[in-house]
Amino acid sequence: MSDSSLRVVWVYPDLLSTYGDQGNVLVVERRARQRGLHVQRVDVRSDQPVPTSGDIYLIGGGEDRPQRLAAERLVRDGGLQRAVDNGAIVFSVCAGYQIIGHEFVNDLGERQAGLGLLDVTSVRGTGERCVGDVLADMDENLRLPQLTGFENHQGVTHVGPGARPLARVRFGRGNGTGDGTEGAWNDTVFGTYMHGPVLARNPQIADLLVKLALDVNALPPVDDRWYEALRAERIAAATQPA
Amino acid sequence: MSGNPEPLSPRAKLAVTAGKAAAAVSRAAGRGSGSVIGGRVALKLDPDLLARLASHLDVILVSATNGKTTTTRLIAEALRAEPEDVVSNALGANMPAGITSALAGGSRARFGVIEVDEKYLSAVARDVTPKAIALLNLSRDQLDRAAETRMLAEHWREGLAGNKALIVANADDPLVVWAASSSPNVVWVAAGQEWKDDAWSCPSCGGVLQRPGDDWVCAECGFRRPTPTWALSGDHVLDPHGSAWPIRLQLPGRANRANATTSAAVAAAFGVPPQTALERMFAVTAVAGRYDVVSYQGREVRLLLAKNPAGWLETFSLIDAPPAPVILSVNARGADGTDTSWLWDVDYGRLAGHPICVIGDRKLDLAVRLEVAGVDFQVCQSAEEAVRRCPPGRIEAIANYTAFQDLRRAVGN
Ligand SMILES: [Zn+2]
Repeated sequence: MSDSSLRVVWVYPDLLSTYGDQGNVLVVERRARQRGLHVQRVDVRSDQPVPTSGDIYLIGGGEDRPQRLAAERLVRDGGLQRAVDNGAIVFSVCAGYQIIGHEFVNDLGERQAGLGLLDVTSVRGTGERCVGDVLADMDENLRLPQLTGFENHQGVTHVGPGARPLARVRFGRGNGTGDGTEGAWNDTVFGTYMHGPVLARNPQIADLLVKLALDVNALPPVDDRWYEALRAERIAAATQPA
Repeated sequence: MSGNPEPLSPRAKLAVTAGKAAAAVSRAAGRGSGSVIGGRVALKLDPDLLARLASHLDVILVSATNGKTTTTRLIAEALRAEPEDVVSNALGANMPAGITSALAGGSRARFGVIEVDEKYLSAVARDVTPKAIALLNLSRDQLDRAAETRMLAEHWREGLAGNKALIVANADDPLVVWAASSSPNVVWVAAGQEWKDDAWSCPSCGGVLQRPGDDWVCAECGFRRPTPTWALSGDHVLDPHGSAWPIRLQLPGRANRANATTSAAVAAAFGVPPQTALERMFAVTAVAGRYDVVSYQGREVRLLLAKNPAGWLETFSLIDAPPAPVILSVNARGADGTDTSWLWDVDYGRLAGHPICVIGDRKLDLAVRLEVAGVDFQVCQSAEEAVRRCPPGRIEAIANYTAFQDLRRAVGN
């Protein structure tokens, strides 16, 4: 595997990197390198074209106005849609999760078109903002350990028939629909409300993205001691009343 | 610049007395300095008290995400010819109650130098009719509870529009420039900005800012860096006449030289020449424990506060080079913000080569962060253990807000 090269694209750090989202990029990069992979990281600012030849695209969270601008620019650019048509893997968080769906409500209170890469539709919640540690069971098809993350959003995201919920919430709010779902995925595109950043708290998801991109079933093990210690602490925290 | 002091009304006098009494009770009960509770009691008795107290003073307000406590102190020293010249909320109680308490403190003062929490700046600026307002920087901080950064800049902009105070603002921070440029009377200071990740987007139109060298400009709408009249240049202040004045501070780091530059510009507006202002600033050592060096277990522990990514970045640039040991401590209690994601905005790779010990409530978040950054570290259970693991000599201890208070207690500061 040492002569493989993995192209990791970080989409719009100038607009969608408000919640330490660079962490997801760093975790994928680090864990791929630990497996002897050569990693090429490309940071794409919102005035640059999105390359279509990436293997993994990471999209972060952002404030309301940057979210509107990012969606406008991504739709106009078209690069990310072409990359997905080419089989690229996409992992998106919070504002980015809403943007890759069909539609969301922007800072002007208008419904705005997303990229339609994932069969989800988002509206703005009317209740309290969801803030705090979350614990959820991952979709059994993914065969992954429990999801831990930190949520901080007011969005409500409905998952359509073309996608599956990423997880079922035990503690926390997730998609905010009241049905206990959190995030969504199809075969290659993933979305979640979880910060943390989520891949630092769930390194097995980072590994899954790498495996999907390389089309392999397994990766050599790495030292997960500190990740496991953090997971145990945060899982315990999510189950405590605040 | 201040008018004739009018005597306080009986109601205001009562409010000040009641506030002082409440503060004394709070102190006696062991609840800190008591300044906030005193201010709360006083404000309740006389809601206009803040304005009434301020009317006897030339008020200077200082606000920013980082450096406001230190800059408040530097300005206070720069203006202080006689000990009783200045009242100030020197301990960082920077919301209206704490500010009221500080202003009630000195009856013979001429200046009130007041640190203001970013969210309260517009309201306080309206109430106290300041003569000058220093705006240093705006960046992400405690995101799960504070307003979004650009919203804050917008709030300042609306609140300061038409305010007659002299605004002394950092020309290198696009968000600060956006906030200040609706004011009629601005002095621009090239104070620098190491952290740029909250200002890639034009605050005016949302275009992508171009940032060649120290300049910045929006190609879409033309919003651009104003021409500064004061500047930090290396370890000198450049004044509007182009004269260079050496900065001599006991406080370390580029960020504090920037704070001194802004402070010199403020002092000049009140007739204090840069040389005098800078000489007076030399008196400032630690500010509420920050930068203090404490002897503990045979080591010299330097206490450094870093509350957010911009603050950590500035702190990394002032610590001793490797192999100086570094202790990192992070909590995520209410006052810190309960989300630790911001750790991933900090380039901990810059600590490579330093022996590192991590402590604090969220030491495991730090552990994963450092593991991914590829730097070596040890996880310790307490400050005492972390210090013990470091060799004798200077230790750089960097902590966020409540972790810093814990650290001060642990080393007996
Ligand atoms: Zn613009």
